[in-house]
Amino acid sequence: MLQPILFAIVSIVAFGFAWRQYSRVRRNILLGKDEAIGGNAAARWRNVLLIAFGQQKMFKRWIPATFHLFIYVAFLLTQIELIEIFADGFSGSHRAFAAPLGGFYTFVISFIEVLSMLAFVATFVFLARRNLLKVPRFHKPEMKGWPFRDGNLILLGEILLLVGIFSMNSAGTVLQSMGAEHYHPTGFFAVSGWLGPAMFGGMSEGSLAILERFGWWLHILVVFGFLNYLPISKHLHLLLAFPNTWYARLTPKGQVSNMPDIQREVASMLNPEAAPQEPAAETVLAFGANDVFSLSWKNILDAYTCTECGRCTSECPANLTGKKLSPRKIMMDVRDRAEEIGKNLDSKDPKYFPENAGTPMLNRLGYHDEKSLFDRISREEIHACTTCNACVEACPVLINPLDIILQLRRYEILMESAGPSGWLPLFNSMENSQSAWAMSVERDAWKREGG
Amino acid sequence: MTHIPTMSELAAEGRQPEVLFWVGCAGSYDDRAQKVTVAFCKILQKAGIGFAILGQEESCTGDPARRAGNEFLFQMLAQQNVAVLNMYQVKKIVTTCPHCFNVLKNEYPVLGGNYEVMHHTQFLQSLLAEGRLKIEGGNFKGKKITYHDSCYLGRANGVYEAPRSLLSSLDANLVEMKRCRSNGLCCGAGGAQMWKEDEPGGKRINLERTEEALATGAEIVAVNCPFCLTMLEDGVKAKDKQDEVKVYDLTELILKNQ
Repeated sequence: MLQPILFAIVSIVAFGFAWRQYSRVRRNILLGKDEAIGGNAAARWRNVLLIAFGQQKMFKRWIPATFHLFIYVAFLLTQIELIEIFADGFSGSHRAFAAPLGGFYTFVISFIEVLSMLAFVATFVFLARRNLLKVPRFHKPEMKGWPFRDGNLILLGEILLLVGIFSMNSAGTVLQSMGAEHYHPTGFFAVSGWLGPAMFGGMSEGSLAILERFGWWLHILVVFGFLNYLPISKHLHLLLAFPNTWYARLTPKGQVSNMPDIQREVASMLNPEAAPQEPAAETVLAFGANDVFSLSWKNILDAYTCTECGRCTSECPANLTGKKLSPRKIMMDVRDRAEEIGKNLDSKDPKYFPENAGTPMLNRLGYHDEKSLFDRISREEIHACTTCNACVEACPVLINPLDIILQLRRYEILMESAGPSGWLPLFNSMENSQSAWAMSVERDAWKREGG
Repeated sequence: MTHIPTMSELAAEGRQPEVLFWVGCAGSYDDRAQKVTVAFCKILQKAGIGFAILGQEESCTGDPARRAGNEFLFQMLAQQNVAVLNMYQVKKIVTTCPHCFNVLKNEYPVLGGNYEVMHHTQFLQSLLAEGRLKIEGGNFKGKKITYHDSCYLGRANGVYEAPRSLLSSLDANLVEMKRCRSNGLCCGAGGAQMWKEDEPGGKRINLERTEEALATGAEIVAVNCPFCLTMLEDGVKAKDKQDEVKVYDLTELILKNQ
């Protein structure tokens, strides 16, 4: 009787805490500007199924992709077992699905056990890649400190999770063979069927029962731990990869988003008579982005979806040749900034809500902390981008770092009139002679070269 | 090369060309890219394609301004171009620059400019397929040629096959670089980098790419973009390999087999 009550309390606390955390993440994502994204549901479903569910882009590098697939499939299928754990937890039953499902139950649990073993191996391979092989993309400057620990922590958590489930199944197997009360035969499980007798054979019924319960509780507690760890970790990707691929852009990668405000203004400049007689909007004219408030909510969803794998950075021509730009760092900076603002908003400290903030880009919340994304992302970084789309192509979950870089460049040029000095002659030439180079000859002078 | 008419000349006679050749700033003014422009015109004339250029009425598409962040400047140029193109009722455009190609194809429609836009490698490939363009000579038969995917034709627009099929029509021995197609490495010029100093770092991007091209052992590096042409040619010179390895636009290779 004690267990269901204890389980109910732990579950309520875990889910209650998780609800608050996920609500905060949602709120932080929606700090971004509204952007209506939709249409072409067929293409969006295709992205979700192939790229998120089917891991298609992961397989550009098939070795990590294979090990990742083991962990991913084991994770997906373990959810079936989790349903039973909840059923047992709340009702006090033991393996509630075993009797009704019969042989199919044995098959399902065996299947999960085999996948879990593969995931177990994969976890050690991943720990070795991070810590022993030192794959370069895991050791870039932005990976120092918490991001690096985060990667290891989840792997250690996974080991605990698997130790829990295998202890439970293995001890259960031995208990069943002893004919212990409550432990009805469930058939031979593929892994614990031999692991149990090998490890726990000869132990007393009392010790085995404790071990079995220990495994059960360890597993479910680590699951609750994960649930609450995800929102502060790079591992949020295992949930957000699905919406992120759904909302991903479907236009050609080379197409830069249009700015309708500027389009209208230039149109009325070029042709004053044809300009629509709209009253001027009262809003502050703000172009580009300097903070999460001026990015799209999709950019922030991208940032929360990023799992810091660094495939973008390892393909970035600027980063490859020693420049400071790292597309992954751009994503991490956006998430960190959204988190910072979120924490300050939660503090409700009036100093973040001044009456008259002298910023040209006062957001709809009236929030102001004298900081912006530019405190995290240097000009050198955004100036190094060649807009080559290698980062966009590399991302396994369709994150677009280039879109953010371009919006930061827009802010710099349009709001600050700053930017690399080399661009001034370019702009002048384009403005005055409608050409990227100012030349003294006419545009079709090359015709004379033809001979 | 015989006379190349402008759109206004044709319009005065009430005529429309089969296709408008968008020359672009590099194709108009850059010494090396001009050679590609001329080569392309010679091929079109030999194939009997009725084409015209805008001449003085062509402006920069605005690509470098937009990617640098200067949207006002982009809109100024783009809207003027759309007005000119629509005035001449242009239906089909071919361009030798993948940056112009990308902007004309993907970014002008929202500004009211809707045209069928082709990159010159696609256009030449379609002429080959229709039998209007003939390959004669076999100058490159069995020669080791590597092909550099430009970002704006490749990743940005997913065009990987048309240029490769042109190379195979030359019977050349295409050797791919380690990073090719959707994994192709940028030459370093895009995103308005062409007009500014490099940010601090260990190496120039064009050198990284040139080393990869040289590693294939190819004697010719084929490109499809005037900026890649400059960057890789500079890279080959920096490596002091300009006597052994030549960088050509695909157009130039086709012209040598006419």
